Amino acid sequence: MTPEITRRTVLQAAAGFGLSFALPALESRAANQRGPEREKSLIVLWMNGGPSQLETWDPHAGSKTGGQATAIKTNLPGLEISSMYPQVAEQIGELNVIRSLVSDEGDHERGTYFVKTGYRPLPTVIHPSMSAIVTCEKPVDPKEVQIPAHVSLGGGQFPARGGSLGSQYDAFRVYDPGQELTNSRSPVQDERQERRLATLEVVSKAFAKGRRVQTDRTGHQLTVERALAMMSSEQLKAFKLDGESGHLKAAYGDSSFGRGCLVARRLIENGVRAVEVSLNGWDTHISNHEGCQTQARSLDGAFATLISDLKQRDLLDSTIVLCIGEFGRTPEVNNAGGRDHWQHWFSCVVGGGGFNKGMIIGESDPLGIGELGPGIKSKKVGNKLVGQPKDPIKVPDLYATIYSLLGIDPKGEFYFKSRPVPYSDGTAVKRLIANA
Amino acid sequence: MKARIAPLLIAAGVFALCFRMIQSPEATETPRSVEDDLQTAVSEVDAYLDFRREQENVEPAKPADDLLVLRRLASSLMGTVPSLEEIRQFEADKDPGRLERWTLRYLNDPRFSDYFAERLARCFVGAENGPFIIFRRDRFVNWLSDQIRSNEPYDGIIRQVVATDGLWTSEPASNFITIASSEGDIDENMLATRTSRAFLGQSLDCAQCHDHKFNADIKRSDFLGVAAQFGTVDVGGLGVSDYAGKFFEVDDFNDIEEMAEGLGEDEKLKFEPTVPFHPEWLGKEGSPRQKFAEWITHEENRRFHRAIANRVWGLMFGRPFITPVDDMPNPKDRPYTDVAADVAKKKAEATSPADDVPIYWHEYRDVLDVLAEDFQSHNCDLRRLVKVIARSKAFRMASTHAEDDEMALFDIEEHWGVFPMTRLRPEQVIGSMLQSSYIRTVNQNSHMFLRFIRFTRERGFVEQYGDLGDQELTERSGTIPQALLRMNSGMTRETIESGIFQASGRIASMCETNEDVVDTIYLVCVSRRPLPEEKEHILSLLGDAKGNARKTIVEDVYWALFNSPEFSWNH
Repeated sequence: MTPEITRRTVLQAAAGFGLSFALPALESRAANQRGPEREKSLIVLWMNGGPSQLETWDPHAGSKTGGQATAIKTNLPGLEISSMYPQVAEQIGELNVIRSLVSDEGDHERGTYFVKTGYRPLPTVIHPSMSAIVTCEKPVDPKEVQIPAHVSLGGGQFPARGGSLGSQYDAFRVYDPGQELTNSRSPVQDERQERRLATLEVVSKAFAKGRRVQTDRTGHQLTVERALAMMSSEQLKAFKLDGESGHLKAAYGDSSFGRGCLVARRLIENGVRAVEVSLNGWDTHISNHEGCQTQARSLDGAFATLISDLKQRDLLDSTIVLCIGEFGRTPEVNNAGGRDHWQHWFSCVVGGGGFNKGMIIGESDPLGIGELGPGIKSKKVGNKLVGQPKDPIKVPDLYATIYSLLGIDPKGEFYFKSRPVPYSDGTAVKRLIANA
Repeated sequence: MKARIAPLLIAAGVFALCFRMIQSPEATETPRSVEDDLQTAVSEVDAYLDFRREQENVEPAKPADDLLVLRRLASSLMGTVPSLEEIRQFEADKDPGRLERWTLRYLNDPRFSDYFAERLARCFVGAENGPFIIFRRDRFVNWLSDQIRSNEPYDGIIRQVVATDGLWTSEPASNFITIASSEGDIDENMLATRTSRAFLGQSLDCAQCHDHKFNADIKRSDFLGVAAQFGTVDVGGLGVSDYAGKFFEVDDFNDIEEMAEGLGEDEKLKFEPTVPFHPEWLGKEGSPRQKFAEWITHEENRRFHRAIANRVWGLMFGRPFITPVDDMPNPKDRPYTDVAADVAKKKAEATSPADDVPIYWHEYRDVLDVLAEDFQSHNCDLRRLVKVIARSKAFRMASTHAEDDEMALFDIEEHWGVFPMTRLRPEQVIGSMLQSSYIRTVNQNSHMFLRFIRFTRERGFVEQYGDLGDQELTERSGTIPQALLRMNSGMTRETIESGIFQASGRIASMCETNEDVVDTIYLVCVSRRPLPEEKEHILSLLGDAKGNARKTIVEDVYWALFNSPEFSWNH
């Protein structure tokens, strides 16, 4: 059994040895706050691998594009989604569907970079992900939130990162949500931990002699203090599922993604600013329909329950939820029954946190597989022209909308090699904002 | 019967392993003398920096302790710290030129070639595994290590990297090309980007889409011309080759509209290979890539020599001379001979010794030029480049400084008036932890079992600590997951635990006096002796503890040192 170092002893040790981290609040105030006045947070459900828009939110059932896709009605009049999502269909009226996202990046790594940052990859700048910008611009009070303010749950190949903002804004990665966090507890008894910290203090002070400025600048001490505060925080419990009812856990689903969504709710309840939950397995080049069914078994219950749970706890007005992946998939089904990468139009679902609700934006491929018609703009893809979606929405515009709703100026800037780069080079989509 | 023998065989195997582990490794020799024609270059580097510091009124730091310089050498050349065994030998070495001879000893150590090969591979082919089957990063790194070990001239290495034909397995250099291959297509843009950044120290990246906004010399057509150098490359069953029927084609005519005039709407522009300057440097014979490789490595291509000088400086100081390491401004585009003649002329014109300052130098040359010229005129010898830098005053300066004002210190650092403190890369942190957990040097002579442990732990740690890949020379701050990993992980526990073969266990059980215990732990972990206040604190912990109690205290001191800023910041 791992001996748990108690909060009290660490604090005593810290006070005794001059480690100056602030006394964490016993119960986070954030956890008690509800309703639209609460400080806003962000949950991104990251569909890793490029989810098919046709087997999710834009089914085109009955057309040659749709393939085997079938659709069901939802609680939003006029909106049909894939029949693989009966539970989401009952909640989606709280959110908005965009079916006309566009991108120029059809490779997983580049596409992920684009959709996570709003910028195409350039070797000259390392853009921060949208969630890192949110965490940087809306910092949490370390007295209230002793756990990382930016968390990525469930692995995923390219987790959200701080880029030019610095690695302190990288998402804190949790590979197996719902389990005890790795490395979050001291492996020794209190007495030894105190001895270790006391010695660390002596050694650190000795090193800082003649290097005070340089040592301060490393931020080493602060990082260690934050880590110690986290190790002794009650809020670590938010990473586990203790205390949640079996019924709710079952509704979220006993999968990494389901547990991740439930942990995401617990984290934002504790004041965490941005959480990413990854669902892997969307790269359905082979047997797309079956692959999407498998994915839906994880996504449908978890996504729907997350929305209803947030709503029930009066947290949806203060939490933006975005479900998105790096691109969509081809309108054609290939010889292996799969769909390949398709960045020319794809879908996302977004809402909460001040977003309007019940909007259906854009229309993809209105005449089927790239057919052109009057009034439809075209784009050259390979050797042929394909029709563009109606009312295209750029990812940077979506992110400018999210920044605006979180009270962040989308034209705010980060610096790369002393060159300013705006958070987003898009403009907010006004109609998506409630009461705008 | 067999079932009974099996445990015996296993036990015998374990015994043999243990026996070999405690056997003396083959001693690595420290050379008795070093050739000494480095002095001109070293003096010029020192004179240049002295001159700039005087101009800016910057007071340099005092020289660092020799043992600390040795630690820097081990860390930057091999990604580890000196072992206690090495420290004892070093301290016993009273002959002149100790640090120069130890630099050479480390350069002759296979740990150096392996370590530098990995560093260079990161800028040549990145840190990722790349396309399945046709990209063999391991082969590439091993090949590069062999080249460095046999001290092949760097220009020759790069010519092979750019121009080699053949299979990714039997001709490992060709992996530079195959990583850019995807389902039969070659990503010429990626190769152009890598070529300019890794070999020329300049970024043409933005010119992939448009003319450079700030550097008027870089046009989009320059980028496309370089990309077109790889236009005929083909990756097939027999590996990399050139196929004359292939072209580099462009369908976006931004900033090259004139070239695309007369093309129909759906037509693509066949782009001819060009170079952005000095086409006369192109090779006269061989494949297009061979000619291009001659151009990159041409003896007058200053960018080429400056780029590697800046990178090696960056690897040794943790901070490149010009940041970012691969996006430097244009050098003064004058032939070396011209500059040298100019300097000689100015010196001859000088009427007093006071006039004979290298003021003219920085008009035409900086430290990188000094290093580049020396490098180029000595057969592009990587080890020589390391030796010159290692011998410079800047490399041997203390990281402590009397200045306590942040802005003033910033100026001092700008002019290399104090050794910069930079975060050690993950492989350096774990390399140091692993070495500190043994008394003897962990190297090629160590038992395979130990090297295996080192290999697997290093990989896991680097991954969890956060690998910066080909961006490893950018400065980053520490993170909470890193602190948690250092404090609480199983890897830390295993490296500090006082087992019979491990340093902490041996120190606890074999050092007679407590004073010895403290001194030895400090030498093993931080390559220095404790300050009085440190010693006093630890002696008070040790008291009259014996046996396991003493062991746990030693482990705890190890833990504190591993978690100190001193351990994870280059100083």
